[in-house]
Amino acid sequence: MAMAMRDITGAAVVRTGKVKLDVPPLVENGNTVPMTVSVTSPMTAEDHIKSIHVFVEKNPQPNVGNFVLGPRAGRAQVSARIRLADSQKIVAIAKLSDGSFWSATADVVVTLAACTEEVI
Amino acid sequence: MASALINVPKKAKRGDVIEIKTLMSHIMETGFRHTATGELIPRDIITSFSCRYNGEEIFRADLFPAISANPFIAFFTTATESGTFEFSWIGDRGFSETASASIIVE
Amino acid sequence: MRWIGTIALATLLNVACVPFLFAVEIPPDQRRSGFSFMAPDNQAIQNDDTANPGMLWVLDGEALWKSKIGAADKSCADCHNDASSSMRGVAARYPAFDTKPGRPVNLEQRINLCRADHQQATPLAYESRDLLALTAFVAQQSRGMPIEAGADPQLEPFVAKGRELFMRRQGQLNLSCANCHDDNWDKRLAGSAVTQGHPTGYPLYRLEWQSLGSLQRRLRACIFGIRAQPYDIGAPELVELELYLMSRARGMPMETPAVRP
Repeated sequence: MAMAMRDITGAAVVRTGKVKLDVPPLVENGNTVPMTVSVTSPMTAEDHIKSIHVFVEKNPQPNVGNFVLGPRAGRAQVSARIRLADSQKIVAIAKLSDGSFWSATADVVVTLAACTEEVI
Repeated sequence: MASALINVPKKAKRGDVIEIKTLMSHIMETGFRHTATGELIPRDIITSFSCRYNGEEIFRADLFPAISANPFIAFFTTATESGTFEFSWIGDRGFSETASASIIVE
Repeated sequence: MRWIGTIALATLLNVACVPFLFAVEIPPDQRRSGFSFMAPDNQAIQNDDTANPGMLWVLDGEALWKSKIGAADKSCADCHNDASSSMRGVAARYPAFDTKPGRPVNLEQRINLCRADHQQATPLAYESRDLLALTAFVAQQSRGMPIEAGADPQLEPFVAKGRELFMRRQGQLNLSCANCHDDNWDKRLAGSAVTQGHPTGYPLYRLEWQSLGSLQRRLRACIFGIRAQPYDIGAPELVELELYLMSRARGMPMETPAVRP
């Protein structure tokens, strides 16, 4: 996950803050986890969020999605439903118009369905 | 027979920040699953989604296998003028779908 | 990982269960839909028609309702017109008695009978996208209406058969449906809540399947999960079970298309 994050941020320092990652702390099914990332920002032409990038720690692949915004967005908030293979950390990184990076982390516990079923 | 469900407010006041919700029918096969006999099921996902508002791109997303099946994406935009939103989904195996919605901005 | 669930289940029930002859049925005022056992985030997915993935199938079903098919070149709409009026309340009283086979049929079978008899078209395969879409579309017309299935006196012997199947212990773990869904619905199995097993929202979008699926699919999965031999899809036992489950839920509102974990 660290390498995938560095692909986006390069050598820049990623500070914690500004980003809010809304994920249920315990999910009933890891196949569809509702997730909302919001970033505080005036969203003006001079000061806005350019993009939001979401990563996970224990999935077979660390990237979840890259969302490209811009000043016309009005509010820097994106919602999606994601897959979590196991209980793990999710990291959301926001890239600001001034080139800085901010992040937030959430821990999610994923329970598996109690009864298995055959694959149709 | 792909269907899309779009939620765009029919009307808004100029300057309002509105939420757009989209849902597209797609299996989003991760490429990490195996059949009962052990063969790898190849990846088949939507890789990108974009939204144009009267022709100008206002939102774009790169999607990865970690996005759930039947991808739901919600985002915001500022209502600037009446017109049309055009949505486009592109993915593996030549997947390409579009949808549109109109808005009246007063 | 999967064995932990089944061992936990067997331990829970061997320790906690006094061998009842008949399991205690849930009193009507204590009945709760599976919706109430879900986390608020998942409930929100069901409640928003533009975010509920089951609605994708309903939309497809609406298109299929209007397409002309079969040797008769007829669409459902040609006979049944506007589904929002003609199909209102129908799913709430299915499975229903059908005079031709002389036994109950579920909604999927009813649709296929219609296709064969009136559209001269081939029946749709169970769990196929088209059949799920049509069933979801028809059932959604009953959303909000109270379930009435099983009221017909002709169905009495079949409801009784369904109850007997629900109460019967089966499989390697010697468990009956009632052991969990009548006796232990306020407890959890591994991380999941044990619900009361009311089929108020079928066909529904199950997060585990990442697809819409029928009640029979869920029943077969459950029977497989308790390490018993599932009946074949479309088998009369499954229709009898469906009938019993729907009549057990009588009065509860339909939620199709529901979302469940």
